[in-house]
Amino acid sequence: MTVTTPTSLAVKLTGIHKNFHHVQAVRGVDIEVESGEIVAILGPNGAGKTTTIDMILGLSQPTTGEVTVYGMHPRHAISRGLVSAVMQTGGLLKDLTVAETVEYTASLFAHTQETREVLSRAGIGEIADRRVAKCSGGEQQRLRFALALLSDPELLVLDEPTTGMDVEGRRSFWAAIRKDAEQGRTVLFATHYLEEADAYADRIILLRHGRIVADGTAAEIKAMAAGRTVRATLPGADEAALQALPGVESLEVRGDTVLIHTNDSDAAARYLLTETGARDLEIAARGIEEAFLALTGDDTDAPAAAADVKTMETI
Amino acid sequence: MSTVNPPVLPDLSARRVPPLGGFNLTALRLEIRRLLRNRRTVIITMAFPVIFFLLFGLNSAYALLPAGPGAHGNTSALVMISLELYGAVAATTFGGAMVSIERAQGWSRQLRLTPLSPAAYIAMKVLTALVLGAGSVIAVNIVGLLTNKASMPGYLWVVTALCVWIGSLLFAAFGLFMGYLLPTENVMQLMSLLLTLLSFAGGLFIPLSQYPHAIQEIAKWTPLYGLNQLVHAPMLGGSIPWYWPVNVVVWLAIFVAGAVWRFQKDTARV
Repeated sequence: MTVTTPTSLAVKLTGIHKNFHHVQAVRGVDIEVESGEIVAILGPNGAGKTTTIDMILGLSQPTTGEVTVYGMHPRHAISRGLVSAVMQTGGLLKDLTVAETVEYTASLFAHTQETREVLSRAGIGEIADRRVAKCSGGEQQRLRFALALLSDPELLVLDEPTTGMDVEGRRSFWAAIRKDAEQGRTVLFATHYLEEADAYADRIILLRHGRIVADGTAAEIKAMAAGRTVRATLPGADEAALQALPGVESLEVRGDTVLIHTNDSDAAARYLLTETGARDLEIAARGIEEAFLALTGDDTDAPAAAADVKTMETI
Repeated sequence: MSTVNPPVLPDLSARRVPPLGGFNLTALRLEIRRLLRNRRTVIITMAFPVIFFLLFGLNSAYALLPAGPGAHGNTSALVMISLELYGAVAATTFGGAMVSIERAQGWSRQLRLTPLSPAAYIAMKVLTALVLGAGSVIAVNIVGLLTNKASMPGYLWVVTALCVWIGSLLFAAFGLFMGYLLPTENVMQLMSLLLTLLSFAGGLFIPLSQYPHAIQEIAKWTPLYGLNQLVHAPMLGGSIPWYWPVNVVVWLAIFVAGAVWRFQKDTARV
């Protein structure tokens, strides 16, 4: 139970696997989150986001591997009020009022902030006496946020916190989180909304089928998404030469067709048209959505996705 | 990760774990308030025993009739004790079964994100149930005193009330078992029904001697039978057959084991 040596690592996952009967929900995940980072775990439904978050919160145990939070077992970190979480849905008693819920939760911690202050920071000061059952979805989510703020945690974990909120609710919720994070709190959130990860995270970890397929800053993910695909018919392509072109992320050769994923499409096009006998040249922009789908999707573009994965991991 | 804030070393030494696994009186007070807000709970644990006593316990013949050969009180007192027990076990059952509603609403999961330990949580549930049970026992006793029909020596009022109250812990275990077994928000309806059946089987509403012999024999195996016999024993006098306490102990073991078993399943699954 003693506090281990100071660590700047908020979260450390080492070789995490989690099986549910015959389903492998998480297959070999390593994550290190530094104090002060805002990290998004992005992935489609069933990618293993919630399973990973549950293990970080000590709600479930990994089948193999180790999870530590500030160098401790997650349960110990929670007992000390170091970690809080805002979960997707549920988790509130309908027959308590908003203020009673906060008071109840506060009573369980060794140290907490003022109930009134937390309510106003979460923007629900005016509905303190309202029964939880009578609160809207957005109000309930703000209440969960207030509960999470109570212990003034070092790490705030959010599991798809804006599911079911309208655009305005989502925006104001994130504004509150962002403002809060400016004071140096570490934030880790799961989402399947790409824009959410893009807009609010310093770093994005892409999960797919229980594995990390990309881990980079939002800017790096964007750079990747800004890339284009140059397609041409070129029998007997010199793969090494194409790979060596500036800005090339990956290369695919399918028979006589070459597909070059690059962030310098001009250079690739110039080279193909001037130095080789390439014809039928096409340049297609790849949107961020498309990049996301390529990385996390399950469709026939899997080889392309795998290639992207590789590039992302070397970033 | 060059663009992120420089790593800050959080001061972990200032972070403490709360005493008693998070058990505290503020939470206990809110738990009791919640239970009292539930209309069904209040009606069944407070109003029912009082009304039943007013209807069935005040028969003037009962006031003249000793509760049995060698008894220290009259039949009216016997009815009062039965209804005390009914109210108290209803209170502890509901208190325990609240767990079910909390699991259905995801509150148990939310609590696992706080320092509250499972032992402290269960202790608060049981204490909440006991407070409600005490309220029920006191209500029936006050009505019993005011109506002036039930008669037994003063010390027996106190001894019996305490026996009923402590005995109702058996049904706190029952409630917890059911609460962890049934993840439903409608658990209270089911519990009311079960309690009514068990109360008839235990002889709380109609003396067992009025049932056919075969039913009397079956009734001896039901969980309210032993407790009902034991709480009447101080007033009725006479010896205590071995199977009364054995009935209570065995059912207590079953309920506690069941609650622990389901509790472990529950924490493993979530």
